Amino acid sequence: MITRYTRDQIAARVARDIPEGAYVNLGIGLPTKVANYLPAEREVFLHSENGLLGMGPAPAPGDEDEDLINAGKQPVTLLAGGAYFHHGDSFAMMRGGHLDICVLGAFQVAANGDLANWHTGAPDAIPAVGGAMDLAIGARQVFVMMDHQTKSGESKIVAACSYPLTGVACVNRIYTDLAVLEVTPDGLRVLEMADGLSFDALQAATAAPLLPN
Amino acid sequence: MIDKISPSLQHAVADIRDGATVMIGGFGNAGMPSALIDALIGQGARELTIVNNNAGNGDTGLAALLAAGRVRKIICSFPRQADSHHFDALYRAGKIELELTPQGNLAERIRAAGAGIGGFFTPTGYGTQLAEGKETRLIDGRHYVLESPIHADFALIKALRGDRWGNLVYRKAARNFGPIMAMAARTTIAQVRDVVALGELDPEVIITPGIFVQRVVKEAA
Repeated sequence: MITRYTRDQIAARVARDIPEGAYVNLGIGLPTKVANYLPAEREVFLHSENGLLGMGPAPAPGDEDEDLINAGKQPVTLLAGGAYFHHGDSFAMMRGGHLDICVLGAFQVAANGDLANWHTGAPDAIPAVGGAMDLAIGARQVFVMMDHQTKSGESKIVAACSYPLTGVACVNRIYTDLAVLEVTPDGLRVLEMADGLSFDALQAATAAPLLPN
Repeated sequence: MIDKISPSLQHAVADIRDGATVMIGGFGNAGMPSALIDALIGQGARELTIVNNNAGNGDTGLAALLAAGRVRKIICSFPRQADSHHFDALYRAGKIELELTPQGNLAERIRAAGAGIGGFFTPTGYGTQLAEGKETRLIDGRHYVLESPIHADFALIKALRGDRWGNLVYRKAARNFGPIMAMAARTTIAQVRDVVALGELDPEVIITPGIFVQRVVKEAA
């Protein structure tokens, strides 16, 4: 009996790897859940690409401010000590290697750390990239959190991405509902597995070679 | 006496001609200069190239400019959103050209234009579709892509306060693209909530010095 990690458990697991004092960008969607699991006593600087450091939680109903939003354009707050800055500076923080960690969702991650998360490549899709490519190559460590497999059961961890790339060899860790994997020069190393899952079963669910821890 | 204060929104945008490249500040609706955009729609300029992070939200501001059929091309990072229906329809009908740029490259291309930089090598986008056909270079073991500056004829931006010399301060995250677009355009027009007297803005906190701003206009009379 395999007990898959829930999305909240994945978020909590990612949060455990974010240390006090880290400058962190949480991508749009699933990664925003990570903020719910950062303990109140641990000071972490959340960065938002539209020009915020020290981003706080959502405001109370009625306290929303249209000039204070996050990258997903949802209302947020600013913590005491937070700062505003323009887009040039905001992306210098990414590209310049000043962010310690970013957490992103993904369509696919390859064994060498290639990331595909911006475009399905479908011919009729309207492309939109936003800050995905800047985040992918900018932060010192890139964490991906995603389901291990697609709804139809195909591995999202692959030998080579079939979706258009967001960044080359940029992912450091992958957190899924089945495992925590580290991208190493030798390949994907298994750090943790869901309860009841064997290495062989994890390998069978993964379309790239895995290394035992 | 130097006075960059325009008497009205209509005066402020009167000389934007057909075919102009116009930067429009804002990230979604935060910082979008909607009063200036409405004045531009009224003014009637067509065949515009617009530079913005997005491609309009809902039915107002930039979305209304698109819906009015005034935009030939848009340079942006994130056009497709839940409420980008006007852009989506134009794009699918082949009625608008899209130049998609990663957001940090968009910001730096704008900044480069304002800073007199002829191009720059960035790691963002290397090895992706958005770098296809572009010059690349290996520098100290890392791959970079050559990106070019984006110059504009006009920038329309929103600030909180401005004075008659064009000095500006912004409000919260509505600052976003305003300061760099002000630098990149030949003529920058700032809509402000308040016009204040010279000296009222603390020089220690002025974000955009007036050298980058040609016109200031109060957003509502």
